[in-house]
Amino acid sequence: MPVKPIHVGERIKRREDPRLIRGMATYTDDVKLHGMLHAAFVRSDYAAGRIVKIDATRARALPGVAAIYTADDLRGNVGQTPAWVVLPGMKHAPHPLLADGEVRYVGQPVAVVVAKDKYAARDAALAVEVEIDSRDAAVDPEAALQPGAPLVYPEFGTNLAATISNPHADTERLFAEAHGTLTLKLLNQRVAPVPMEGRAVVAHWEEGPQKLTLWTSTQTPHAAKQNVAICLGIPELRVRVIAPEVGGGFGQKIPTYGEECLLPWISKKLRRPVKWAETRTENLANAAHGRGQVTTLDVAYDRDGRVLALRGKTIAEMGAFVSMLGALIPTFTHLLAAGPYTIRAVSWETSCVYTNTMATDAYRGAGRPEAAYYVERAMDAIAAKLGLDRVEVRRRNLIAPDAFPYHAPTGAVYDSGNYQACLEKAVARFDYTGAIAARDRARSEGKLAGIGVATFTEVCGLGPSTGTAAPARAGFWESAELRVEPTGAVTVMTGASPHGQGQETAFAQMVADYFGIDIDSVNVIHGDTDVVTHGVGTFGSRGLVVGGTAVHMAAQKILAKAKRIAAHLLDTTEERVNVDGGVFSVVGGARKLTFADVASAAHTWGVAVPGEEPGLEAVARFEPSGTTFPFGVHFCTVTIDRETGQLAIERFVSVDDVGNIINPLLADGQRLGGIIQGLGQALCEEVRYDESGQLMTATFMDYAMPRAAMFPRIELDSTCTPSPLNPLGAKGIGELGTIGSTPCLVSAVLDALAPLGVSHVDMPLKPEKLWRLIQQAGASRA
Amino acid sequence: MKIRVNVNGEAQEDDVAPRTLLVHWLRENLALTGTHIGCETTLCGACTVHVDGMAVKSCTMLAVQADGCDVRTIEGMGELDALHPVQRGFWEEHGLQCGYCTPGMIMAASALLAQNADPSEAQIRHALEGNICRCTGYQQIVNAVQHAARLAREGK
Repeated sequence: MPVKPIHVGERIKRREDPRLIRGMATYTDDVKLHGMLHAAFVRSDYAAGRIVKIDATRARALPGVAAIYTADDLRGNVGQTPAWVVLPGMKHAPHPLLADGEVRYVGQPVAVVVAKDKYAARDAALAVEVEIDSRDAAVDPEAALQPGAPLVYPEFGTNLAATISNPHADTERLFAEAHGTLTLKLLNQRVAPVPMEGRAVVAHWEEGPQKLTLWTSTQTPHAAKQNVAICLGIPELRVRVIAPEVGGGFGQKIPTYGEECLLPWISKKLRRPVKWAETRTENLANAAHGRGQVTTLDVAYDRDGRVLALRGKTIAEMGAFVSMLGALIPTFTHLLAAGPYTIRAVSWETSCVYTNTMATDAYRGAGRPEAAYYVERAMDAIAAKLGLDRVEVRRRNLIAPDAFPYHAPTGAVYDSGNYQACLEKAVARFDYTGAIAARDRARSEGKLAGIGVATFTEVCGLGPSTGTAAPARAGFWESAELRVEPTGAVTVMTGASPHGQGQETAFAQMVADYFGIDIDSVNVIHGDTDVVTHGVGTFGSRGLVVGGTAVHMAAQKILAKAKRIAAHLLDTTEERVNVDGGVFSVVGGARKLTFADVASAAHTWGVAVPGEEPGLEAVARFEPSGTTFPFGVHFCTVTIDRETGQLAIERFVSVDDVGNIINPLLADGQRLGGIIQGLGQALCEEVRYDESGQLMTATFMDYAMPRAAMFPRIELDSTCTPSPLNPLGAKGIGELGTIGSTPCLVSAVLDALAPLGVSHVDMPLKPEKLWRLIQQAGASRA
Repeated sequence: MKIRVNVNGEAQEDDVAPRTLLVHWLRENLALTGTHIGCETTLCGACTVHVDGMAVKSCTMLAVQADGCDVRTIEGMGELDALHPVQRGFWEEHGLQCGYCTPGMIMAASALLAQNADPSEAQIRHALEGNICRCTGYQQIVNAVQHAARLAREGK
């Protein structure tokens, strides 16, 4: 179907924005209902222990308190925290909505208070007396695997929840044949996703219609609908979930949380609406964390610096329970372990470990930034060993453009790519030669200056549903429904519920072009399970790749029917109707119908079209046949202050390939945001627990967030290699920035410190850590 | 305690508990929910409003401290057909994604431009140090503020 791109490919400003820039959008905490009560949680102060006593007598007597619940009230009446992925053989214990006898991490909900307003609820929560007989906690994941370590679940006799083995038949032989081998032990530290809007829930059980309406800040409203229905033991038809304006997610809002399941139960019990909007401390402590891996990586390479094989052993922190997709995340690390390189064999073993800490789950990139970090560190290490240029080592290892679809030794099939073109464009854009000269000049003046590089690919738009680890009750398709109004205006309902990505704009651009209509005649609706037939959500860079393709498919169905109607109205055959930009004409004839004409005819049905039903609408679900692999190359330059260890990023260049782009303005936004998030992990972010399992980073005073003045202007450029796996040729963009920017910055810092003899550093690259490395290097030379 | 506060040009009288935070009073009592709560500890800036023309984080100011003051929130910045230059800048330059930090960013940026009509990029970044955005990586916010400064200087 020929499409005149008028809107697609243009930097169209967002249709979401007028309400957002005027403060007139509705986030969950903005919802206010008649008779609404407010919840506050009483949480464990200890990482591990037995609950001796919960005394709510004093709290119950406080003014405005409606109810206080503990596990005693819930047992047998409500289900558990949803866990969708439980690995084969995994030691798994259900996680109760409120701690039942045992607490296993700091911040675990122990009781919930419901009161007339937020202040009364928090006052009462503070007045609930909880006595916990605390014990030693398992905190460090490596130590947790040692004999005699405190056990998160004593009944399992171990903290090892599961082992995932991905052996490759050729690995040992290639190691035996290798010119050289090296071993790196690398930390990918635990971080917090930190959406600016924390989790928020309003549950409203209406006893009359026997229906629950749940406003919740989620990336996956349809999953929440199922999970809450199952948890409450009511038919899912009795549940409507609304994800209104959602203030960021970054993976943290994929899971349905215990709190989201508990509030509906309370509302049903009290027959009153109940709201809970978490504090930042609750968000930092008790919404899922990301990353949290320690990997020992053996690398076998030949004399030219080509990697022959990798052997990885990863310890992946599960935390104290299995979050909804938590166990799935480390499997992506193995899947992407070979990166964009022609590595012949990859063997990987992943130990999923319980510790007395908050659970981990998806965080922007979800397992792939970890993989990219490991293989990029390996590339730099090989360059150092062989005295080769770091870019040259990558050149020698990149998969050739004619090798696609490329079958990686991890089992991944890479859809398309031209890594060389992207690398050479980045080398030119960055002026790699000039940058080396400038760095060397700076060094000769006594400065610590470095250049970083990362070449990377990632896996997006997960699918097919049959080919991924089997999560209960969910596929990896996405839905779209298009409804054409009698005027020719179009309502789009997408299951890819967004939280800042801009689907309302991008999908409207596409639909406007398909039908040759004004973009203001397209309305995109999402995030309401009573309106959107069914859906999966926005995560894993799938919004456009999977959700957009579903919109495309529904539009094609509508165009096909519109063409049949037009043929009848034009007194011709379907084959003789030409459709171009929403104008229907007879081949070789003068008569024309617009899309609005056909829409009107479809609704008025003044002329009955034989074999057709009145109306014009279509539903589609896109099930991906495989995953897409966007890729890119990042370069940066840094300097480090010798006296203070302060790191300054002088320049950052990103050349990326995400296939075809619908809206470059939005695409830039996704890339820039991702890059800074990835740099945040490298620079300053880390979730830290002390040895007793106490969280040390529970406010923005202690959890260092990337801020505006920490970064230079990021320079963006791109290449375009469309994906053959979807009709849009899109590859996915949301997570891209976080894949490459993290190893790129570490690469630059190690380059800057190389003259001091420093060859290893773990993230985050805080000034204190760099200062110590500089001091130690100075001391060892003195 | 009885308070009188001029909010977005309208006189408001109320009787509030002394511990009521300004942000809660604006959101709960005046239904001005455009001012968001991001941390309740003055560290993220999502709740930034203007008090007597100064950018102030309303999560760590009591409503009673605003007694007798002029408070401006995001809702008082511009109408759909007459947006404030900073609002236009954010729209034109894609200075927002999820939008949660945006009202605070707009209030902080407009306070900057009121003091410095032509700030450098470094000055813009410095002025926004107290406002966290997790989505944009700040660059398009900087572009938005520069765009707004241009519009304001050109009297548009």
